[in-house]
Amino acid sequence: MSTEALAQERDADARSRAEAFPFTGNEAIARGAWEAGVRVAAAYPGTPSTEILETLAEYDPTDVTAQWSTNEKVALDTAIGASFAGVRALAAMKHVGLNVAADSLMSMSYIGAHGGLVVVVCDDPGIHSSQNEQDTRLFCRLAGVPVLEPADAQEALEFTRIAFDLSEQFETPVILRGTTRLSHTRSVVRAGPRRVPPSRGFIGDHTRTVTIPANARRLHPKVIAREAALSRWMSETPLTQHDAGSDRRCGIVTSGLAYLYVKEAAPAFPVLKLAGSYPLAVDAIRDFAASVERVIVVEELEPALEQAIRAIDIPAEGKSLFPRLGELSVELLREGLAKAGLMEAPAPVAPLDITPMARPPVLCSGCPHTASFLALRSIGAHVAGDIGCYTLAAIDPLRSMDTCVCMGASIGNAIGMAKAGCDKPVVATIGDSTFLHSGIPPLIDAVYNKADITVLILDNHITAMTGGQDHPGTGRDLRGDAAPRVDTAALCRAIGIEWVRVIDPYEVGRLLQTLREATAHHGVSVVIASRPCVLDPVKIKGAPVAVRAAGCIACQSCMNLGCPSITWSGELFEGRHKVTIDAATCIGCTLCAQVCPTDCIQPVATGAVQ
Amino acid sequence: MRPLSQDDIAPTPWPVTTGMNILVVGVGGQGVLMISKALALMAQRRGFAVKQSEVHGMAKRGGIVFSHVRFAEQVWSPTITRGEADMLVALEWAEALRWLDHLRPGRGVFIADTRQIVPPFACRSRKRGAPSGYARETPAEIVGRHADGCALDATGIATALGDSRAANTVLLGRLSAWLDYPVAEWHDVIAAIVPKGTREINRKAFDAGRGWTPPAPDADPDLVAAVPDALPDRHVGVAIEAAWCKGCGICVKLCPERCLAMDGPKAIVATPSACTGCRVCEWLCPDFAVTVRNEGVPA
Repeated sequence: MSTEALAQERDADARSRAEAFPFTGNEAIARGAWEAGVRVAAAYPGTPSTEILETLAEYDPTDVTAQWSTNEKVALDTAIGASFAGVRALAAMKHVGLNVAADSLMSMSYIGAHGGLVVVVCDDPGIHSSQNEQDTRLFCRLAGVPVLEPADAQEALEFTRIAFDLSEQFETPVILRGTTRLSHTRSVVRAGPRRVPPSRGFIGDHTRTVTIPANARRLHPKVIAREAALSRWMSETPLTQHDAGSDRRCGIVTSGLAYLYVKEAAPAFPVLKLAGSYPLAVDAIRDFAASVERVIVVEELEPALEQAIRAIDIPAEGKSLFPRLGELSVELLREGLAKAGLMEAPAPVAPLDITPMARPPVLCSGCPHTASFLALRSIGAHVAGDIGCYTLAAIDPLRSMDTCVCMGASIGNAIGMAKAGCDKPVVATIGDSTFLHSGIPPLIDAVYNKADITVLILDNHITAMTGGQDHPGTGRDLRGDAAPRVDTAALCRAIGIEWVRVIDPYEVGRLLQTLREATAHHGVSVVIASRPCVLDPVKIKGAPVAVRAAGCIACQSCMNLGCPSITWSGELFEGRHKVTIDAATCIGCTLCAQVCPTDCIQPVATGAVQ
Repeated sequence: MRPLSQDDIAPTPWPVTTGMNILVVGVGGQGVLMISKALALMAQRRGFAVKQSEVHGMAKRGGIVFSHVRFAEQVWSPTITRGEADMLVALEWAEALRWLDHLRPGRGVFIADTRQIVPPFACRSRKRGAPSGYARETPAEIVGRHADGCALDATGIATALGDSRAANTVLLGRLSAWLDYPVAEWHDVIAAIVPKGTREINRKAFDAGRGWTPPAPDADPDLVAAVPDALPDRHVGVAIEAAWCKGCGICVKLCPERCLAMDGPKAIVATPSACTGCRVCEWLCPDFAVTVRNEGVPA
């Protein structure tokens, strides 16, 4: 869409004719992509980006192919293939997912998009549900790929739609960068109709699409020329917005969600809200800087804008006033601007005279992972963990995971531990979805390099951590239709692993015995602990068990499970607390009954418990 | 909850008076989002601009859930600044305490369910007479500190009506006493967002919350976790007779406090100070090699 058409659309009259919906940022991104005529969309689930593809899957399947990929690289490669084929395509992921897809992104920057190609990347400042808070804007600079940063759901829709136009106009992938607050904030959004541009046909130009050195050397200068052209676009686009303000003692340069905190904390200052942080809107920033006494940059996480602005010889201030860690807030804005001498220091909020109780997330009542880690704790192994709900087993009381680096790292880490020589057996634990995401190549490596490790695949038949998404091992696809199902045990045998067992983790004794045999086996052994997640796809609730209080000796062995259904009762035994089980939340997995040394935990149904 | 349709948010003409910052908090699975969705829809119908922001991810795993609802003529920040919440609605007692500092000093309204969800983390000590880690502040102490508000047994009220899950709607009913829009409009909003089969119970729950009156002061239940009386010290200790130990490792694996360890072929007491005298190892040793001492301190 041209800038004129965009300006027209922003006209109030046009807007009143549009439909309005209360959308989250993620839902608005999906809507924007749909309106832009996206034909192929793919993603691997990751908080806070997950709902983008889930929402796209609610649109007509003849409009858009929406699918879960096995990982973010496959998702981006899929979108790239669709772009090559001449249609608009989207890949969505969380910030760390871009690390997985980075190889494809770096090459695609050189090749450039054919059909519009938008990569939605959702950052997680404050690390609500991630392993780090890396700033995707720096990645955009590294890849030479422009970034658009919407501030709210309305902008998320519009920026996404425009991102496709931008991608085709400049023949570049475009990154749409959100954050947790954008993804999960709901507000009313005016939506428009879908307009599908005609397919551009297959790309055809193999001097672009085949990245042999001769081609790549020719493509790189084009990336640099594109950067300059995009810098001009960033200055000229109406997405870059200049609020005049009344107090010219300072002008604030910002982008994305940070703009909202600026407007609430300091409405009087002129603001230059950039469409995106990269490429830098040099002309717009020079004009703006000339109109104010000093330039202050407000940005979440890294000083990406601040450093780029200083590099064009404008003495911008930023991280000397605002933190480089975590989420911004109105409070932090006020504090920073007070530090700069631009406003009164906010009245301090009296600290609570209450120490809030710790409430860490826990594995669910009856979670099959609980048994697996209880058994591992007994084995006395070095445990290389991975990303999933089960990472919670690293903290008390299960405390039976030694390391967790990132998606798919466990098996490779275990190979290294074993090769370094360890005094204890080495076990890698990895969930089914994570295994399919990035666990298979390291498992092949373990076989190839004759590593002496045990791999415990925690197969709960779902991608649980992100809220229950399907994957190639569940037998269903993103739209809920039947799909071929990976046979994990057969896969392990096919890559040369002779010692493979599938067991039910609810049978604690057998699980322990199996793990003992597996760790005693020389070479790679695989134990698949197979039992569905208690929450998804269906919430499981069986007959509860209860404690026969007379028999409880308050050893609290059952408390070692960390089960949220078990708590202290009012009774004591030798001064220690006896336990009780909440029948409403207990699902009857019997793990506590299996570890109870006095056999005082029994099914309610037998009448054994009074 | 079904997704909102175009009809649900069709604005009813009404003069925009004042905006509100409402923080809704609780524990995963309690229905925090239902309250914030209802508030957002109500505000939208009243012609306000609304932002509703929450953090997903760990919510299902018994963790903390919070949702910011802001409505006004124009809303910028999606989050409520500390000290600027006009209302705090808590579905769980300890969560109410956690977010108290977000309330506007002197003006904020505090509405909390006195229900306690005690996390496993609060029950970790096996020592004699160990206190629970759960919050100790009583509703009387807390409500009195604030300009306005109440603590009520919303879960109890909902359970009496037939479904404990409607506790969130009870609180919404209580909240409506401050956000005084016509009852019929509230009923309409609730009907628009709850599953069809639960409309009746939710309407009753709303009315019960709205009509709630505080019980007589002496009827206020004791909400502080019981602390056992101070107990005299005991001699607690564990010893292993090495000659009788055959190294089966049962005691090491089953010690709830992990005080035992294998040292080559024998079990040893690795961290004697961690022993709580529960005797599990003593009872389970097939060779009678473990002795647990758990007796009064000699005078």
